[in-house]
Amino acid sequence: METRRHFEDFHVGEVIDLGSRTVERDEIVAFASRWDPQPMHLDEAAGRASMAGGLFASGWHTASLFMRMACDALLSRSASLGAPGIEHLAWKAPVRPGDTLTGRMTVREMRTSASRAGLGFLATEVVMANQRGEPVMTMRTTLMIARRAEA
Amino acid sequence: MKHLEDFHPGDRIELGSWTFTAEAIVDFARDFDPQPFHLDEAAGKASLFGGLAASGWHVACAWMRLWIDHQAREMAEARARGEEPPVPGPSPGFDDMRWTRPVLAGQTLSYRSTVISARASKSRPGWGLVDSLNEGFDAAGTRVFHFTSHVFVPTRP
Repeated sequence: METRRHFEDFHVGEVIDLGSRTVERDEIVAFASRWDPQPMHLDEAAGRASMAGGLFASGWHTASLFMRMACDALLSRSASLGAPGIEHLAWKAPVRPGDTLTGRMTVREMRTSASRAGLGFLATEVVMANQRGEPVMTMRTTLMIARRAEA
Repeated sequence: MKHLEDFHPGDRIELGSWTFTAEAIVDFARDFDPQPFHLDEAAGKASLFGGLAASGWHVACAWMRLWIDHQAREMAEARARGEEPPVPGPSPGFDDMRWTRPVLAGQTLSYRSTVISARASKSRPGWGLVDSLNEGFDAAGTRVFHFTSHVFVPTRP
């Protein structure tokens, strides 16, 4: 019995809970050191002098954390075939050490592939919010999900 | 980093190259994108990608690192000339990020950034917004990755 979610198991308007994740200072600094070594992601004093007024996470870190949460809550249990891209992503507010992020994904639209039988596209809207309910990142992205094989 | 007035449509920056080893692909994927085709060669071969493929976010993060390294070189050059370079502002986000071909283990991408537009910000006096097309090419020169970035840049005092 195939238990993973396939294209047919989703519906337009469905809201998928991606769970929560607390972001610690050490991981903010470690990620930034590797991928985005700007002072405001590495150093408290430089963060205070920035528009954000304190050390905050790289936006790419927030995006990568979204991906991890989507894998754990959804993609690992789905017949995921990857994603062609991100239509739009907005960084709305800084993510600070100790913040707890909660992710939500809404299915906006579903269509099947004209060129590849067995492939479906889910157009989704994602909101990552902090513990005060403020959105810190929003995005629109399309997922590729396998269709269920005909019995 | 430069002032808004120093950015002109069509300005192109070659950011350098980045190699995606199998080990680095798996390391990134374990932390942030643990899907089988990013973790395991056999699973990658069986997928639409046809081999162990880098997470799209890994491909994007490599662009970011090369961009920051480029910016740091520019700032060091300005200081060497006795100038105090402006501190760049944040990015409000990006549009149209596309992973048009898989980036497989062992591949090297060359990245570049081309200015689309530079305009004063209506909401933030003293700042402007620079939009750029950022692209990654494989060894054969085929574009495999692109997106449009938006970054706040201070205007000349």
